[in-house]
Amino acid sequence: MTAHGLLGDALFLLVLTLAAIPVGRYMYRVFEGEKTFLDRLARPLERAIFRLAGIDAEGGMGWRAYAVAFLVSNLAMAVLVYLLLWLQPDLPLNPAHLGPIPPTTVFNTVASFITNTNWQVYTPETSLSYLSQFALEFLQFTTPAAGIVVAIAFVRGFVQGRGDLGNYYRDFVRALSRIFLPIAFVAAIALIAAGVPDTLSGPAIAHTLGGATQVIARGPVAAFEAIKQLGTNGGGFFNANSAHPFENPGPLSNLIEEFLMALLPTALLFTFGEYIKNRRQAWIIFGVTMTLFAVLLLVVYSSEAAGNPILNHLLGATGPNWEGKETRFGISGSSLFAAITTAFTTGAVNAMHDSLTPLGGFVPIFQIMLNTVFGGAGAGLLNILMFVIITVFVTGLMVGRTPELFGKKIESREVTAAAAAMLVHPFIVLAASAVALSTAAGRAGIFNPGFHGLSEVVYAYASSAANNGSAFAGLGAASPFYAVSTGIVVLLGRYVSMLLMLYIAGSLLAKKTVPASTGTLRTDTWTFGWIYLGIVLIVGALTFFPVLALGPIAEQLSMLAGKVF
Amino acid sequence: MIQHIWRNLRLALTIFVIFGLGYSLVLAGIGNVLFPSQAQGSLIVQHGQVIGSSLIGQSSQGPGLFRGRPSATVNAVTGRPQPYNADNSAGSNLGPTNPALLQAVRQSISSLRGQIAGAIPGNLVESSASGLDPEITLQAALAQVPAVSRQTGIGRARLRRLVAKEAEGPLLGLYGPWRVNVLKLNLALRQVEGR
Repeated sequence: MTAHGLLGDALFLLVLTLAAIPVGRYMYRVFEGEKTFLDRLARPLERAIFRLAGIDAEGGMGWRAYAVAFLVSNLAMAVLVYLLLWLQPDLPLNPAHLGPIPPTTVFNTVASFITNTNWQVYTPETSLSYLSQFALEFLQFTTPAAGIVVAIAFVRGFVQGRGDLGNYYRDFVRALSRIFLPIAFVAAIALIAAGVPDTLSGPAIAHTLGGATQVIARGPVAAFEAIKQLGTNGGGFFNANSAHPFENPGPLSNLIEEFLMALLPTALLFTFGEYIKNRRQAWIIFGVTMTLFAVLLLVVYSSEAAGNPILNHLLGATGPNWEGKETRFGISGSSLFAAITTAFTTGAVNAMHDSLTPLGGFVPIFQIMLNTVFGGAGAGLLNILMFVIITVFVTGLMVGRTPELFGKKIESREVTAAAAAMLVHPFIVLAASAVALSTAAGRAGIFNPGFHGLSEVVYAYASSAANNGSAFAGLGAASPFYAVSTGIVVLLGRYVSMLLMLYIAGSLLAKKTVPASTGTLRTDTWTFGWIYLGIVLIVGALTFFPVLALGPIAEQLSMLAGKVF
Repeated sequence: MIQHIWRNLRLALTIFVIFGLGYSLVLAGIGNVLFPSQAQGSLIVQHGQVIGSSLIGQSSQGPGLFRGRPSATVNAVTGRPQPYNADNSAGSNLGPTNPALLQAVRQSISSLRGQIAGAIPGNLVESSASGLDPEITLQAALAQVPAVSRQTGIGRARLRRLVAKEAEGPLLGLYGPWRVNVLKLNLALRQVEGR
């Protein structure tokens, strides 16, 4: 670790925070239909969309109608992209003449992109046409938008005097036209300026200095990259993802991409503060989450900077772990990216996580397991509030009061649903890992031997369940076994908890707001914040510690002892 | 319900056309007008021939050239090693306690023994994430100066100046290490050699 690296991290997080506050307040205005500076541009676009689709986006919805609209629109988008991928060889915008995509890959890819996961079992350069990439890009716009509006609908359940959760279609299209499109557009132009290509030409053919011929894949990368990061999607235009010099050519593009990944999930905390008319509450959740993030960032950075003693022994000198990293980002730029992409569950990588030191690899996997260190666009806020409900319940039990949250009584119905939503994630991670490890097809996909192999499998399902999409990419994820099983896990990870949260919102909506009294347990205090964090960590540790001990922790001890497998 | 699904299919198609196609095509147009070089992939053209991209590393194994980092890319069809295959980017994905990692690093060290006398920088023997890393650390470039000087007959001091000229520092003094683009450095070297 260097002082420069730490200072760079601190400056980045400060700028992120300062930008997230106004963006968060802007999002509140967007969803509550207040005046914003983009109205004049966005309104005609929205009107055109609704007219072409024949949808009347007026009128509020209860939780059932909102959930049905969310599901049916997701289904329709999945069907459209399924067709586009399936028919790839017969469709235009395919300058490299790429052939059909295997059916299990199509299933996995549609499931993975409709759930904002962007787990990739294919090599984009050699399997996807530009049109297929545009189809995925379309989902990179719509799935974070859908995630955010479900989170907004949930928060509306707490708002005093509301009779409905809002209109799904209105929220969804406004998120697209007033949040995702303008930011992605500006970011894409900034990325092109920073060196990211954006062209419809096919691969370039170069005659190298060494006298060889080099086929250089390129394409409309910058547009893809911008929405990939902004929407916490993470699916790469190229196989090496944001480690590829065309996706991420230097420290400047790296900063832009890190900023885009972290912006909306952070801003949503402040949007939430506006909704419940309690900015202090938002700051407390932000504060404890950022503290946890900073600690975990230091763990990965220090571990990568300390390097791999086994390799250092060979080299006869100490140095950082360069395996699977790009020179231009350095150790600090690779560590910050790895921490952000798994905290904000984007899943883009600028270094190969499979080659991180064991403790360095522990951080991404642990953050995905916790699933609440900010989290993805919308999904993150939902997970955080789910844990807030659990915390209110636990602290209510401690002091013997009926738990209340933001003026609504939390009763057994909400706590049961929140607990169920909380348990889905560890259950699908651990059960799917157990199945993979106990079948020959699952074990056949393991690439690295020893403890690391276990980490690869657990990482795959944790990443799928959390809709992250990053990987210990040595795993043979393209095999039908992994393509189908991770495809199922991403769907469960996305929809089960989101539907349960909408159900809770519906239940809260029907309750009268109780005015805060001296008997109310306040949630906007640091004490509550730290208890919340404690519960997140205890639940995370209790469910996942055994598998973490057998994976990264055991491997770290082996590495320090100089042992290979 | 049927009508509900039908409307959503229309919505999906509308959004695909605007946000999938429209957004991408407009940006490709704007990008090529505002930043034509970057938009096309920062290609380096000499004597009317594309010799590479300044962003994409290429295999530089011959004597008298600075070496880049090991690349783990493979041929997409045969699966055999094909370093710096810019049509199939990939890292090694070797884990820190995998004996194959040790084996690969050992091999890289022995292939560099003729190029570097002292301690070998890890950056030069541990493979990159994309397999296409165009750069090496400044330290890794300077370590190769004596050997390149021997192979080309260009003085060490002159080579060090050449490296220093091509070296790029951290952004804002904070982000990214001191580093050198191998292709640009070798092109500058060729120019000094008068080739």
